[in-house]
Amino acid sequence: MSEYIEIDPKEDHGHHHKETFITKYIFSQDHKMIAKQYLITGVLFMGVIGILMSLLMRLQIAWPEEPNIIFEFFLGKWAPDGVMDADIYLALVTMHGTIMVFFVLTAGLSGTFSNLLIPLQLGARDMASGFLNMVSFWLFFLSTVIMVASIFVEAGPAAAGWTIYPPLSAVELAQGGSGLGMTLWLVSMAIFIASSLLGSLNYIVTVINLRTKGMTLTRMPLTIWAFFVTAIIGVISFPVLLSAALLLIMDRSFGTSFFLSDIFIQGEVLHYQGGSPVLFEHLFWFLGHPEVYIVLLPALGIASEVIATNSRKPIFGYKAMILSILAIAFLSTIVWGHHMFISGMNPFLGSVFTFTTLLIAIPSAVKAFNYITTLWKGNIQFNPAMLFSIGFVSTFITGGLTGIILGDSALDINLHDTYFVVAHFHLVMGISALYGLFSGVYHWFPMLFNRMLNKNLGYVHFWVTAICAYGVFFPMHFIGMAGLPRRYYTNSNFPLFDDLADTNKIITGFALVGGLIQIVFLYNFIHSMFYGKKSPQNPWKSNTLEWTASMKHIHGNWQGKIPEVFRWPYDYSKPGYEEDFVPQIRPMKKDEIEY
Amino acid sequence: MSTFLTILILFFVVTAIWQIVKIYDLTQVNTVTKDSSQIANDKDNKINGYLMLGFLIFIYVITIICFIRYGDFPLMSNSASVHGSKIDDLMMISMVLIFFVQTVTQFFLYYFAYKYKGQKGRKALFYSDNHKLEFLWTIIPAVVLTILITYGLLTWSDIMNVDQDEDPIVIELYAQQFNWKARYSGEDNALGKSNVRLIDIDRANILGLDEFDPNAQDDIITTELHLPVGKPVLFKMRSQDVLHSAYMPHFRAQMNCVPGMITQFGFTPSVTTVDMRKTPEMIEKILNINNIRAEKSKELQEKGEEVLDPYEFDYLLLCNKICGKSHYNMQMKIVVETQEEFDNWINQQTKFKNSLIAQK
Repeated sequence: MSEYIEIDPKEDHGHHHKETFITKYIFSQDHKMIAKQYLITGVLFMGVIGILMSLLMRLQIAWPEEPNIIFEFFLGKWAPDGVMDADIYLALVTMHGTIMVFFVLTAGLSGTFSNLLIPLQLGARDMASGFLNMVSFWLFFLSTVIMVASIFVEAGPAAAGWTIYPPLSAVELAQGGSGLGMTLWLVSMAIFIASSLLGSLNYIVTVINLRTKGMTLTRMPLTIWAFFVTAIIGVISFPVLLSAALLLIMDRSFGTSFFLSDIFIQGEVLHYQGGSPVLFEHLFWFLGHPEVYIVLLPALGIASEVIATNSRKPIFGYKAMILSILAIAFLSTIVWGHHMFISGMNPFLGSVFTFTTLLIAIPSAVKAFNYITTLWKGNIQFNPAMLFSIGFVSTFITGGLTGIILGDSALDINLHDTYFVVAHFHLVMGISALYGLFSGVYHWFPMLFNRMLNKNLGYVHFWVTAICAYGVFFPMHFIGMAGLPRRYYTNSNFPLFDDLADTNKIITGFALVGGLIQIVFLYNFIHSMFYGKKSPQNPWKSNTLEWTASMKHIHGNWQGKIPEVFRWPYDYSKPGYEEDFVPQIRPMKKDEIEY
Repeated sequence: MSTFLTILILFFVVTAIWQIVKIYDLTQVNTVTKDSSQIANDKDNKINGYLMLGFLIFIYVITIICFIRYGDFPLMSNSASVHGSKIDDLMMISMVLIFFVQTVTQFFLYYFAYKYKGQKGRKALFYSDNHKLEFLWTIIPAVVLTILITYGLLTWSDIMNVDQDEDPIVIELYAQQFNWKARYSGEDNALGKSNVRLIDIDRANILGLDEFDPNAQDDIITTELHLPVGKPVLFKMRSQDVLHSAYMPHFRAQMNCVPGMITQFGFTPSVTTVDMRKTPEMIEKILNINNIRAEKSKELQEKGEEVLDPYEFDYLLLCNKICGKSHYNMQMKIVVETQEEFDNWINQQTKFKNSLIAQK
């Protein structure tokens, strides 16, 4: 095809310094290599640990009384004779949450796709600062190492829940995991935040400054819009978590009383006076809620791109999509209090947060309807990436709708911290974001490794995962409505909940199958990385710029000049063209209207 | 039995996966020119299109099963407090709304996916914008949500505003790892001053009451929570160590207990424990639970272990905020009874001034 940049060696602006193994694979400053590093560390490595932990928890919930050899195998001294320790159950809860939310879905998802796509889809040779990008990854790697190391400390890892509310997380007497385990957790997160900030700043600067000629803001693919806005929310909210972590470190190690007051524990009065755990809750959720959207927005962006490409139709309501991303981002920073309706804060404040929270349903509804309309009268190509994107829209709706219930303070009184909450956020941010992640991996695998993933394994992966995801989380809403609190090591002390035990077993069954089927993906990924079919230049017949770049990774992305952009990225099936796609680099015809 | 069922289900699911893989293999063999491009072709589109429709049915079926099994919402239809029915009404309205939206949007999503599955040579419709349509589906959710928000906020402020004119009984709920205490304010209906620094285990001043405060003298500390029916109660929550949450699901009541501050929640219990045990829903629920327990007891008996007692319903106070090792077993029995029974019970309890052990 003529619009692909022909390689003209005379005009080669690519950088050609000599690369050693270390500069190419380890301390690489190339955004494509860094994307792969994030993918493998954040998603594959941490993802396996996170999912494994959830399966151990599910086994414990389903068969609390029965010793299990699997526990002994994985947990060693924490499960003598196969009986799981109650503290280690809470540690699993905590570490699963931390790893999945921060390491897999924040660093893994944004780190991989922002790094890969921002320069490629904007027509930039690399990130604004390759060096900072490298530092960002290696800080992330360091925080990963510390977090994984914390699992192995003598008294156990952090076990105060991923929200690490003090005093439980601050006072070692309250819980074994609040000793060295929690110290490492806090140190790891502080480094993680530094990494995330460096990454986000880099993304923002790149999007603002390094767009190629013709790439106006309203010609950017929705992926870039999503990554851009995600980075902005990250820069606004992550520093607040950093300060909360630092203050907590001071309370723990230097005797200050920011979050602690009037504590009598194990027969002794502690010296703390005047602090308030509620302050910590405010600081934590000031990040904690935007974090949900830091996880979700990239998935929304990926789904927009994948759905438009595979429907062979322009995304419906491009500008409304951008506006709703901006609206969601803005609202996300003023709703944190809906996690705290019953924390003891003034009920009037609860009213305000109910109001702002429920408003988020409006831009979210617009997005969902726009996706559905994009499918209408399309010519849908069911590549595995497309299946995951449709699955994403489905779980985004199912999980999002229950948010209307939980965001309503009056209803939250009775559902707060029950399994209803667990079901809600796992569907809307866990499963949805994972679907977005998988969709991205299936779609851009050719771009990452210049090879194709096996589609049939992809189909098996999707359909089994989809059935299991609903099988796990749909019934979970109902046991939550029956009043079952989350984070209980066993429910056998409450005969009131005996009739829910069967449901818990069914849920665990689905969770086991859903967890184990990920092996198919892992196999497909690793196998295709080395032996997959070589990818053609533009396998999905997509309009965006990355498919005009060299599929073989070179420093600088395009061997010749940087391509110029003449149109928005969604000219699929445009009347007047024979092909059903018109890449952004093809100039407009005379009298052609842009969109 | 249920273990067996689960294994059976697992077996079927694994078989299903295996069969799906096999079907794919077969379809691949039958293709005349083997397509190894790893890009979806018409056959893939067709199969996945039908699977989309199948999945829509799966979602509907799992919804129906859940509603049949749990649709009576054992803890949603029989609240035991005056404000509880308001929450239940709001919940019902919200549930109906989201059930409707879920059913309709999932239908369109999967139906369109099925209907417009790709075919070689067909061209999609270039349709990028329709301001009227977008305006419509911005404004409809906005209107519906405005109504819902207003309704929700009215309910919320109604519940959270404690009416002091009703002269509620003041009771302190005191949380510690890993149990609950209740402190009744006595005849003066005023709780005595307290601080964790005054806790003196040796003298049995376990809640840190100020023994020189006149209000504290007639306070009564108990390990069971008794409430007179029909009388407003105002709970003052306190914690001595970490965050806890006082969760009373039957009364639709919950509030965190925060060390260093006093939180509060008020409600009026409306059904006594005895009456609640007699409601048809509860009889059915308890019968079901006792059948499960009887079956489990049989298994235990075979193993030579102790059998489970039959269960009798009681209201419960649970801890609902992660608080450490025994978080899963931090509970207190609540008894709602007539005023007369309540008076009898409270008169048998020891007042604070009499419970102190004299200094040696």
